[in-house]
Amino acid sequence: MQTHDKPQLKAEARNLNFYYGEAKALKNINMPIYDKKVTALIGPSGCGKSTYLRSFNRMHDLYPGNRYEGEIRFFPDNTNLLSSDVDPIEVRMRVGMVFQKPNPFPKTIYENVAYGLRVRGEKNKRVLDEKVETALRGAAIWEEVKDRLQELAPNLSGGQQQRLCIARALATDPELLLFDEPTSALDPIATGAIEELVHELKKRVTILIVTHNMQQAARVSDYTAYMYLGEMIEFGKTDEIFIKPQDKRTEDYITGRMG
Amino acid sequence: MNESLHVSSQFDEDLGRLRTHVLQMGGLVETQISAAIDAYTTGEVASVKTIVETDRKVNDLEKAIDDDCAHIIAKRQPTASDLRLVLGISKIVTDLERAGDEAKKIAKGVRRIYEAGHMPAQYGVGIRHLAEAALTMVRQALDAFARLDGTLAVSVIRADADVDVEFKSIIRQLITHMMEDPRTITTSIDIISISRAIERIGDHAKNISEQVIFVVEGRDIRHNKEAIK
Repeated sequence: MQTHDKPQLKAEARNLNFYYGEAKALKNINMPIYDKKVTALIGPSGCGKSTYLRSFNRMHDLYPGNRYEGEIRFFPDNTNLLSSDVDPIEVRMRVGMVFQKPNPFPKTIYENVAYGLRVRGEKNKRVLDEKVETALRGAAIWEEVKDRLQELAPNLSGGQQQRLCIARALATDPELLLFDEPTSALDPIATGAIEELVHELKKRVTILIVTHNMQQAARVSDYTAYMYLGEMIEFGKTDEIFIKPQDKRTEDYITGRMG
Repeated sequence: MNESLHVSSQFDEDLGRLRTHVLQMGGLVETQISAAIDAYTTGEVASVKTIVETDRKVNDLEKAIDDDCAHIIAKRQPTASDLRLVLGISKIVTDLERAGDEAKKIAKGVRRIYEAGHMPAQYGVGIRHLAEAALTMVRQALDAFARLDGTLAVSVIRADADVDVEFKSIIRQLITHMMEDPRTITTSIDIISISRAIERIGDHAKNISEQVIFVVEGRDIRHNKEAIK
């Protein structure tokens, strides 16, 4: 179905370049991220989609030699997320991340979710309880864990761990959630649960997701961007990209014609 | 349309086989139509039986092709041009099958007329001309599909308007005949239904061409007269 609503910008990459030392991994990326929509990044391994995703919460700052050029504007305040006077810790409060493999801390379920809030300085037990519950409900795992909040998180199943990680990311009320292949380590049922959750989450938060599963991109996203060799080849509505892509390279990739 | 090869050669084979079957089915339908026209002109009602038998083969092919489409969708999750090809084919075969049904209707109408011993020769030329035009449309629609030729598909769609005009003129003639001589009514009604069937064959060729354009260009031009101007 075509949607005719004019979406608001949540973020926008402007002339974004990224270097791992000498190697240029992102080449002049310009792309909008629309508010409360799901945008999928697809492309072959090594095309730069994870690099691009990680730029949004300044993950690259953790390693020396990495260098950004250009801007990622974040709205409504029009902050440049990459600016050196913006604190990466503050960025990560606003931009949450969920990784390929579930990576709960070796702590209790409760403490995993409360972690970000404690880092932020929240000490009030009642507030913490409330926020933990809201986040766990938001990640559709509350019913499964409400009676075992003090158990160790690594004892949960893979799918539950991944939803717990989503709850952990949600706890700080982020405006943008980054998903880096969030279901590639999960079985089809757990994958379905995460996809369903993504659909629910976009009512409240903007989502950027990297996936190798083309059908997943088609199912969960409103917009799709195809990247190749560090370049943004095509960005458009998912409905249009999967029926009639404009660029031959996108067409070849999504129809499985690339060797 | 994307002609380069898939990473999975099996997928290429599946799609290639699908296209071949559609063309096979199209060939059978063409034969049905031209045999029905010949029967009309020559009065060889014996061929009616063959036309009806061919229809069974056409029906079987329609089901087999639809089944293959379902399998490809389930196994390969085709996207973009591949998806359009599979979707287009599953609609094209419906129109082909219906065009075959119309040929069968023509054949049966011809048999009724000749068996009753009423062949008013003066209708022959107009009907034959109409039928040739519809048959050409079917041939070209199948050619357009085989070569994924959007331009040819557009010309088939344009030709449908001419067939419609000719059809209406035949109907007018027949009405005049019936008014002048009520004894011709029974035969005229059979001829009307034959011309109607021919006109419908033209419509099916047009629908097939619309699907070819969807497959090639990703444009859905159905119910949109402006799109082919």
